Amino acid sequence: MRQTIVRDVSELPTYGYGPRSGPWWGAMGFMALEGMGFAIAIGAYLYLYAVNPNWPIGATPPDLWPGTAETIIYLLSIIPNEMTNRAAHRQDLAKVRTGLIVMSLIGIGLLVLRGFEFAHLNTRWDNTAYGSIVWLILGLHTTHLVTDLGDTVVLTVLMFTRHAKPRRFSDVTDNVFYWNFVVLAWLPLYVLLDWVPRL
Amino acid sequence: MSIAAEQHALRDDGLNGLQLSTRLESIWRTPSGFLGALMSVDHKVVGRRYIVTSFAFLLLGGLLAVLMRVQLARPENTFLSADKYNQIFTMHGSTMMFLFAVPVMEAFAVYLVPLMVGTRNLAFPRLNAFSYWMFLFGGCFLWISFALNVGPDVGWFAYVPLSSLQYTPTKRPDVWAQMITFTEVAALAVAVEIVVTVFKQRAPGMTLDRIPLFVWAMLVTAFLVMFAMPSIMVASTSLILDRLVNTRFYDSSSGGHSLLWQHLFWFFGHPEVYIIFIPGTGMVSAILATFARRPVVGYPVVILSLIATGFLSFGLWVHHMFVTGLPQLGAGLFTASSMLIAVPSGLQIFCWLATLWDGRPVYRTPLLFVVGFIVIFVMGGLSGVMVASVPIDTQVHDTYFVVAHFHYVLIGGAVFPLIGAVYYWFPKITGRMLSEKLGRWNFWLAFVGFNVAFFPMHILGLIGMPRRVYTYTADMDWAHLNLLSSGGAVIFALSFALLLVNAIRSLRSGALAGDNPWDASTLEWATSSPPPPQNFDRIPVVKHRDPLWLDSASLPVVAGLSVERREVLLTSLAEAEPQIREGSPEPSIWPLLTAIATTVFFIGSIFTPWAVLWGTPPMAVTLIGWFWPAGSKEDEE
Ligand code: HEM
Ligand SMILES: [Cu+2]
Repeated sequence: MRQTIVRDVSELPTYGYGPRSGPWWGAMGFMALEGMGFAIAIGAYLYLYAVNPNWPIGATPPDLWPGTAETIIYLLSIIPNEMTNRAAHRQDLAKVRTGLIVMSLIGIGLLVLRGFEFAHLNTRWDNTAYGSIVWLILGLHTTHLVTDLGDTVVLTVLMFTRHAKPRRFSDVTDNVFYWNFVVLAWLPLYVLLDWVPRL
Repeated sequence: MSIAAEQHALRDDGLNGLQLSTRLESIWRTPSGFLGALMSVDHKVVGRRYIVTSFAFLLLGGLLAVLMRVQLARPENTFLSADKYNQIFTMHGSTMMFLFAVPVMEAFAVYLVPLMVGTRNLAFPRLNAFSYWMFLFGGCFLWISFALNVGPDVGWFAYVPLSSLQYTPTKRPDVWAQMITFTEVAALAVAVEIVVTVFKQRAPGMTLDRIPLFVWAMLVTAFLVMFAMPSIMVASTSLILDRLVNTRFYDSSSGGHSLLWQHLFWFFGHPEVYIIFIPGTGMVSAILATFARRPVVGYPVVILSLIATGFLSFGLWVHHMFVTGLPQLGAGLFTASSMLIAVPSGLQIFCWLATLWDGRPVYRTPLLFVVGFIVIFVMGGLSGVMVASVPIDTQVHDTYFVVAHFHYVLIGGAVFPLIGAVYYWFPKITGRMLSEKLGRWNFWLAFVGFNVAFFPMHILGLIGMPRRVYTYTADMDWAHLNLLSSGGAVIFALSFALLLVNAIRSLRSGALAGDNPWDASTLEWATSSPPPPQNFDRIPVVKHRDPLWLDSASLPVVAGLSVERREVLLTSLAEAEPQIREGSPEPSIWPLLTAIATTVFFIGSIFTPWAVLWGTPPMAVTLIGWFWPAGSKEDEE
């Protein structure tokens, strides 16, 4: 088939930020389906809550302090996260490195705290359906925390190698974006796990 | 390390046609040899594997179907034991739904969508390779278990409490539950790739109202997958946790509830039917336009119908649960929405009929299958509206009426368009035409065989034959119709054998196809058959809905992409304005290694919870290998 060149795209950039880039949309896609997973799990919780006359079944509600402490740290973590984001947009390598290290440390801290949270649920997964669903939901969110932390740590290491090319800053902003999702997903779960059993 | 430094790369502007294709081929091709084949991230290579594998599962599932029909051909038959029959109908349903119908549709999308939107690869080629391996390993896992006599036997829906440890203390339901996870991971990965590819990699100028209908259908399907499949994953994970570590999700003695399973299952299971059917409609639209020699009538109506069907399909799951005793108002509501979904499907059918009416149809094999689809699907729709009504459903529930109905919908709605699609796109994928003469035989055998096999089941259901029974007595008067049905099933099966013969013969000695043998209008026909590794030497610019019909003298294209590294052109979401030349990943062995690590993890965890501990590090290592940017051109400057 004959062809006519109608446009030259050689001046276009080779990477971009946010909705201009492909990986950002990939992250959006995964957030959508993971968000759906959380929604379904919340639905299952509420379903079990609705069909059981007593709630929580055979247990006291979870102790409040670990979940609350986590919620506060999650919310505060948005600040260094946002600073990392800005530094990445400015392509400020030194600041990005610091930001990523801070975010990795916060992630590790939250993971430790998560251990306490499991211990203070005041029920085991095999006690009753109540125990099962709270362990499942907390487990789902913990999986997110772990994968995002893994991602952040790898990216941190990467930024200290020769691979710290300009386009990697776009990866950093996607990582920032994903962290916000982990935070956002936590808030309804916190209310569900820690406050609904106290209603 | 500035942007300017990256732009010195050689571009395509200074090269003539032949130099350009050779250069592009050398950077986009899959490495040679066995290892190279395992590393491939080319959507065409992966797509072809995906298609062939899912057809292999169709053959296996079909073989089981024939075994069932042999058993049911006469009363009190002893060909299969009750126990074997349970395994076989479970394996048939699970194979057809999870290993054939959904994967084959996604497989066609993996192959076709990048070509149809005018780009060089999918958005996440390594994820795509990973998805294929997961699908392959999950399917093999199921079938090897079956061969070792630990295949599932609790139905493709694995209802609790039947599938609970208490009632089925073997490993069979665990195999089923993990197979679900494998195939869902694969399906979800493809869904995300399709969405991002369609959103960001469309050729310049392919605005939302110029996207081919097949691509629209796959986009809607991808969204359905993303919103329906998490539900079955939560359900099957909870099931396996109940069985392996004593959680109590479905255990009514500890506050669990077996209806929770049904809600989670059907919240996925109903949209699942549309996940299978909507791509079929996309194939129908593509084939119709080409053979009616005119664009499909009512393009916006078809798209709105697709979207409406997608939305409504989520409101319907409860109609599978009418007999579980729901509140009256709820049942009424769900009846209404079940009937409502007939409206968008009906609108699409009118658009297609109008296209045929107004066009100058050429009845080649692909179009025959489309006409067969319309006939069968309308009948399936009618019996569907019948079972959507609570009083009727209460009567025919769990009888062969339902078996007849859903085979009319699934086979009419998906398999007929699919076989049409095989005839239609075979020349593009292989470079050779299928035989038209065998094609006609294929169609008539399929059409007659199908109706003889499944129409009698409506009557059998109405006169009381329940589904999932392995035999019946002679005094029930079901023998004649069952024999007829089994005969039809054999004829239907022969039609697939004929397709296989046709494909093998044509691969060797079929007529050469050329770029555009059907004189079709969409972009996949603008490149050679089979397409080169880079798909297009220059990315086309789209100015109409039917570029190859309206720009047939000369195709407008862009210049300026790199010829030194893999690059795809990203465009804006709505207007498809060029924005970025983004790097596209090189071939890699890591997706395969990651899939192997994941497989060990999933299968191991059936046997010991410790697999979660020792199975995780290999997954982490392989994932890091996957994402580490070593070996990519842009990082080696
Ligand atoms: C050669 C063609 C086929 C034949 C002869 C056939 C036959 C049958 C029969 C006799 C049953 C009923 C088993 C029972 O209730 O005792 C059945 C069930 C089923 N079939 Fe097919 N089938 C065919 C193709 C398909 C296809 C293409 C699909 C899906 C795309 C499919 C999906 C199912 C499902 C989901 C079930 C329900 C299984 C269960 O109850 O667990 N079948 N089939
Ligand atoms: Cu349904």
